Amino acid sequence: MPESLSVESHVEPHVESHVASPAPAREAAPAAPGRPRKGPWLRLLTYAAVSLGALVMLFPFLWTVITSITPEGSLAGGPTLFVENPTTAAYRTLLETLPMWRILLNSLWIAVVSTLLQLVTGSMAAYGFARLTFRGRNVVFALYLATLMVPMQVLVVPLFIEMTTLGLQDTYMALLAPSIASAFGVFLLKQAVEGVPRELDEAATIDGAGHLRIFATIVLPLIRPALATVAVFAFMGSWNSFLWPLVVIRSPEFMTLPLGLSTLQGQFTTEWDVVMAGSVFSIVPIAIVYLLAQRHIIAGVAHSGLK
Amino acid sequence: MNRGRRWRNRGWVLFFLAPSAIPLVLFTVIPMVSSVWVSLHEWNLISAMKWVGLDNYTHLLTDDQTRSVFLHSLLYCLGYLPLVFVGGLGLALVLNQQLRGRSFFRAAYFLPVVTSWVVVALVWKWLLNPTNGLVNTILGAVGLPQPGWWTDPTWALPAVILSSAWKDLGFVMVIMLAGLQAIPSDVLEAATVDGAGAWQRFRRITFPLLSPSTFFVVIISLINGFQVFDQVYVMTGGGPQGASQVVVGQVYDLTFRYGRAGEASALSWLLFGVILIITAVQIRGQKRWVHYA
Repeated sequence: MPESLSVESHVEPHVESHVASPAPAREAAPAAPGRPRKGPWLRLLTYAAVSLGALVMLFPFLWTVITSITPEGSLAGGPTLFVENPTTAAYRTLLETLPMWRILLNSLWIAVVSTLLQLVTGSMAAYGFARLTFRGRNVVFALYLATLMVPMQVLVVPLFIEMTTLGLQDTYMALLAPSIASAFGVFLLKQAVEGVPRELDEAATIDGAGHLRIFATIVLPLIRPALATVAVFAFMGSWNSFLWPLVVIRSPEFMTLPLGLSTLQGQFTTEWDVVMAGSVFSIVPIAIVYLLAQRHIIAGVAHSGLK
Repeated sequence: MNRGRRWRNRGWVLFFLAPSAIPLVLFTVIPMVSSVWVSLHEWNLISAMKWVGLDNYTHLLTDDQTRSVFLHSLLYCLGYLPLVFVGGLGLALVLNQQLRGRSFFRAAYFLPVVTSWVVVALVWKWLLNPTNGLVNTILGAVGLPQPGWWTDPTWALPAVILSSAWKDLGFVMVIMLAGLQAIPSDVLEAATVDGAGAWQRFRRITFPLLSPSTFFVVIISLINGFQVFDQVYVMTGGGPQGASQVVVGQVYDLTFRYGRAGEASALSWLLFGVILIITAVQIRGQKRWVHYA
């Protein structure tokens, strides 16, 4: 990830400059008015508040794990922090009820494939709009943007009918269909392609490179930050997607995690250990992805807000 | 020669645009157009469609239930937005300072953002369980009243709002942090030299210069807020007695529970119209308060 995108690398020097002690040149003058040195109490208070907040953010995850290993009978009496005799019973019930491993793989697989598809279709379209001249280009681009405005719930009913007509109900294809291309990705990537200096293309053209070569060897490497942002949003979008799978998928073997979990809740209304075991199933993989790619994910989200 | 080149250019246009244009037409444009068509019919997804013209729309516009589901979506936005905005901005301001373990805190606050809505809703449904959930256990221990949360018509929507704000706090924090870091430090330093206090600096410089980020958060939150569905469906199913039914939940129920697909499509277009108007008003209004540095 290039410097320009990483939140971290942006902050450090910058924060240093206006939070740390004043520059030596001004040292002779008394401490700037209106900026008293922070008292230790205020500092302590800040830490306490931020830590308490972090506890509120993280504890529910721990609580989910604790509940999932608590024997079912002990839950009725209210929660306990330390489980006396932890059990994997909830996980066994879960695996007997739903093909959870397969559902987990479905979720990952659909998220990865739709992310790749959006990167390919999006970057190609971005190149087309930014680098090719053709009649009606602006109109076509405006039409792309218009599809951004239409929310999923407007499309859900007719899309469901379309899938049923095509015989695609209850298939991976149906899950993927609405996320093969995203106008959001095209928009973001087009801006990035426009930021690539044209001189580079021209030089390559003189060297005999065609569009395909320029696209693959010059443009793509230079728009990596934008590709990362699109990838983050595509992956999270697919991973979280619920309404569409809920509508189009019936059989457990094609379910994704959110859908599988929601059906679980219907079957085990009061068996929270099983429901929480299912939740653990879907938190762990995304938490691992998050830990590995944390900087890129946060930078990607931050980047989208600056546009 | 010239002609040949033009054809070759068309070939390239097709090559680069078709991979995105074809799926967009198939899975967005066609459903969109047919959604308009469906909204002009009475249809239960099975038997033949019956043309009713604008009846679905006129019926919806005079229906109490429509008003109630729009009201719930609006209330959701009104509860959710201040929570995530004030919380996210406060966090960003704190975490923008030099603080030991800052990256740990930032990572911790962001973790719920990558967790799916369904999981968040389930975990919070359990935490807010009226009889043996953790929150009520704690409230009871310190002698506070224990609301029925998602089982109580008054508390169902607040329960949804609370858990949604918990999930999105980190998102707003990251957006605001990026905004804070885009503010040139020399402006703030100059103000300090001129004798501006911390509050004045925030009020007169930081906050106005943050306005593009604020604008982004407000727009995104309202668009997403009016489309809220997952967490409501999982936590309350719109209940009890429809007390937390939101617009998209109603679209879903109308289609798949009551077999009134035409009305559902019409409702989804009404929602689209509302979102469009709200967004347009904000974009027009932004000139008055959004300052691009």
